[in-house]
Amino acid sequence: MELIFEISKPGRVAADVPASDVPPVNIENTIGSKYLRDELDLPEVAEIDLVRHYTNLSRRNFGVDLGFYPLGSCTMKYNPKINENVAALFGFTGLHPYADEKFAQGNLQLIYEMQKYLCAIFGMAEFTLQPAAGAHGELTGVMMIKKYFEKKGQNRRIILIPDAAHGTNPASGALCGFDTVELRSNSEGGVDIEHLESLMTEDVAALMLTNPNTLGLFERNIEKVAAIIHGKGGLLYGDGANANAFMGKTRPGDLGFDVIQLNLHKTFSTPHGGGGPGSGPVGVSQTLVDFLPVPRIIKKDSGCDWSENHLTNRDGETSYLPLPHIILKDSTYAWSSDFPHTIGRVRAFYGNFNVVVKAYTYIRSLGAEGLKHATEMAVLNANYIKERLKSYFDLPYDRVCMHECVFSGNRQVAESGVHTSDIAKRLIDYGYHPPTIYFPLIVPEAMMIEPTETESKETLDTFCDAMIAIAKEAKENPDAVHNAPVTTPVSRLDEVLAARKPDVCWKKS
Amino acid sequence: MSKQNPEDRLYSREHEWVINNGDGTVIVGITDYAQEMLTDIVFVDLPEIGRKVVKKATVAVIESVKSVSDVFAPLSGEVIEVNAILENTPELINQDAFGEGWLVKMRLSDENELSMLLTAADYEEMLKEENN
Amino acid sequence: MDYCPHTDNDIKQMQSAIGISHIEELFADIPEKFRIKQIPDVPPALSEQETLSVMKDIADRNQLPKLTLTGAGAYHHFIPAVVGHLVNRSEFYTAYTPYQAEISQGVLQAIYEYQTMVARLTGTEIANASMYDGASAMAEAAVLCAKMSNRNKIIVGCSVHPEYRRVLRTYCWANGYEVVDAPYAPSGQVDGDALLKKLDDQVAAVIVQSPNFFGVIENIAPVADAVHEKGAMLVAAFTDGTSLGILKPAGASGADFVVGEGQSFGNPLNYGGPYLGVFAAKEKFMRRIPGRLVGATVDKNGKRGFVLTLQTREQHIRREKATSNICSNEALCALAAGVYLSALGKNLRKLAELNVYKTQYLKNGLLGLSGWEDVFPSPVYNEFVLRCPDAKKVNEKLKNEGIIGGYELQKDYPELENTLLFCATEMISKEDIDKVISILK
Repeated sequence: MELIFEISKPGRVAADVPASDVPPVNIENTIGSKYLRDELDLPEVAEIDLVRHYTNLSRRNFGVDLGFYPLGSCTMKYNPKINENVAALFGFTGLHPYADEKFAQGNLQLIYEMQKYLCAIFGMAEFTLQPAAGAHGELTGVMMIKKYFEKKGQNRRIILIPDAAHGTNPASGALCGFDTVELRSNSEGGVDIEHLESLMTEDVAALMLTNPNTLGLFERNIEKVAAIIHGKGGLLYGDGANANAFMGKTRPGDLGFDVIQLNLHKTFSTPHGGGGPGSGPVGVSQTLVDFLPVPRIIKKDSGCDWSENHLTNRDGETSYLPLPHIILKDSTYAWSSDFPHTIGRVRAFYGNFNVVVKAYTYIRSLGAEGLKHATEMAVLNANYIKERLKSYFDLPYDRVCMHECVFSGNRQVAESGVHTSDIAKRLIDYGYHPPTIYFPLIVPEAMMIEPTETESKETLDTFCDAMIAIAKEAKENPDAVHNAPVTTPVSRLDEVLAARKPDVCWKKS
Repeated sequence: MSKQNPEDRLYSREHEWVINNGDGTVIVGITDYAQEMLTDIVFVDLPEIGRKVVKKATVAVIESVKSVSDVFAPLSGEVIEVNAILENTPELINQDAFGEGWLVKMRLSDENELSMLLTAADYEEMLKEENN
Repeated sequence: MDYCPHTDNDIKQMQSAIGISHIEELFADIPEKFRIKQIPDVPPALSEQETLSVMKDIADRNQLPKLTLTGAGAYHHFIPAVVGHLVNRSEFYTAYTPYQAEISQGVLQAIYEYQTMVARLTGTEIANASMYDGASAMAEAAVLCAKMSNRNKIIVGCSVHPEYRRVLRTYCWANGYEVVDAPYAPSGQVDGDALLKKLDDQVAAVIVQSPNFFGVIENIAPVADAVHEKGAMLVAAFTDGTSLGILKPAGASGADFVVGEGQSFGNPLNYGGPYLGVFAAKEKFMRRIPGRLVGATVDKNGKRGFVLTLQTREQHIRREKATSNICSNEALCALAAGVYLSALGKNLRKLAELNVYKTQYLKNGLLGLSGWEDVFPSPVYNEFVLRCPDAKKVNEKLKNEGIIGGYELQKDYPELENTLLFCATEMISKEDIDKVISILK
């Protein structure tokens, strides 16, 4: 397909600009020629060219609305249309972030209630909605851990990270100046408790644990893990990427987690947008409340009931609460930055608000019972796929899984030289988005399948039929698998060329 | 199958080869076995000339499409030349790891370290053990 | 409404295939005492009709202003209808990050085109697929400079957006880098002499913004020269992206990195997000920059196609050695920007000129009021700072008329007492401006 630059023709335009109703000024004199640019090299296309270009591009893209998207760890559930309609209401899109709080009471109420719902669902003391995505939330969470120890005057240098963790975990730790130390998994796919005990010292700030982990397995020894960490004064960080496995069934706060980041674009059905925008709220136990990013939202209730809210943290210290004059504004909800121990800001303004609107709508639609039902159906679907496929593909950890299951393509490699990447590409020909592949790193030739709750039994059955057919093809006609995909606008692309001779911006040849 | 490991040079346990020029300088590269493990090499991050490195410290970084690997200095010394042609044609390492795909020349700070390296036969023995 | 298609019979069949008689058995790994029966404090389910009505009520509790005279990092611009129609194609918005290139050519090509447009607009050689917002893009550029140079100091102009500076501080504190403020001169531009004095061999990067937080256009070229002479790098941010329609881009004046907020390109105000972090750089930094990059290549038949490339920079491969932990970006906002910039084409210049006309008209109108005066005698794009007898009173008056007034700079700059930062875009008519003046008379 041609690039927008290649269909550009001087003199065409798709968007016009109104004539000025105020007297024009001389731009050269007003701004000064040394500050002005010469050329402005943007595409020139008519509106119809523009619409056809992007519509044709959209036809070369696969989304949840087109078919099954079992991309493990990414929770590609259906994105309800009502969420989009609500988020597009001008009341939500039209306000400037610096609008006086008087103008923004609806938005503030929504943010406040969203935080409260998340606290209830996850058993945390407080949430911030500022981080823009899951990884951003992780960074925020680790920063709070750093600040906590800084305030205590402890210079803990280490963060423990299981070998099955997402790459964002070690990266987040390192960006806060911590050394990351890898924690082994045991033969059941859980935390190796002995190894944890040997690593856990007073030099360890935290363990970053994904639960259920990236194998889709719930940590049976979670109570023990939390006790070991807390026993040495460390904190337990929860990567909430897999929250779709336990909403309504258990709460990280009750399990002993001190901080957890979510991905609203996973668990709470907001669309992924081809790679964002996401939203990465972070919840904290009472221990970390004082370190949350600012500004925080304050609700003005009747008079000063806040003063009874002095809670104590893990160290028995009384939590800092804002001065009363902050609360007594003439509006119901207000922003406050008056928190002296905060880590500060992690982005401008208040977060990906419009994404939060969609997630809030989702929570209200499903209600408490619906969220729990969603979890149950997600876990049922994953276990159903696991059962249907386990005689055709190696299953390194054969136990009840949560919302996703991880197979290995080892058998196919040994039998016919067909790799997981080949199976993934062949699935495309059958009309499916492939699962996550080659992750987690501890499973060779990994295929991580996450069906989500919004898929029907029929969809799972036809997908499993396709996987079984491919397993058969791998044996009988491996070339068909090696050469896949054959139904797409382009065949397999040369990634080596792309990396050796990078071309990331088009130039007229 | 990777190429025969030439006997005119020494090897490290981290899959590097070293040619001793006999004048206090050496040429360093990675073995053919190593390039096979790394798959298609797309980029080599070479050190600046004059950098002093100690044995086992990172002297270069080799990238494939999906991996990043440190090359550890097999010996201590100063980088006196780098194979700059790799900046635009990193595939030379895949094509000719023992020749055109060399990485750096170093002036040694301690020639005694040479005695800790492996001969071609020792290196092959080590590979056999690793693969068992 | 829970969107689960399972019938009772489906559930029964699936349970029996798995070999369980009750769903609860699937949760046996969760210790009994930690299991909950029901989420407390979340209201019961709503039908779609009820949901819409509840949500409309909340939206209606906002009071939409008749006029917004504040910019300060978020800008009210007209969005052509075509942007919404194309961005709302669900093939785009219900997709994940394009890991499987063969079925993601749409979003990959759109991002490649976006990267190209951004590089051209900012006068740089390359751009990434986007960052979270302007502030985090700026902070990540600074952290990258420190990591590349092994230096630990960042100098930032006080004329840079205060929230951007606060984000910078947070990121630098976490990484153990020092942030040094460089004051602004009476012109409203960064004070070159003071900056020079602070430049030592521990400075990794200097950050300026143009137009800066005061709306003032910075003189980038001499700053770039001074910074480079000391072996440091220049990170140049911008406020309103539409300014690039007429202003010389920082990349053309020697900046190593150009970062900023791309919200103006087809993205609504959205009460602060999602926005679009623009990140562009000189080509020599291509293998070091954070975020996703789309590259052109060919398939096995020699046909052009696009892939995510140079992924070894990123956390999923480099893990603790990565220079950033960014994963998701703002792809859909970048798509909107690509459509917007293609729709306007050369008209972006015309739009920028219109912003200048409106701004000058508003500024002159306000300066005609008694007791009002200009604060920074420098060229501006679509924002400017004025001093008035009582800034709070001015905003109060405007608020009572349903108008969001100027940004009160005293909050961040105690020395700028009773000053207001105003913004005028193409969304404000002559009539609006005349009315504002008459309200304030």
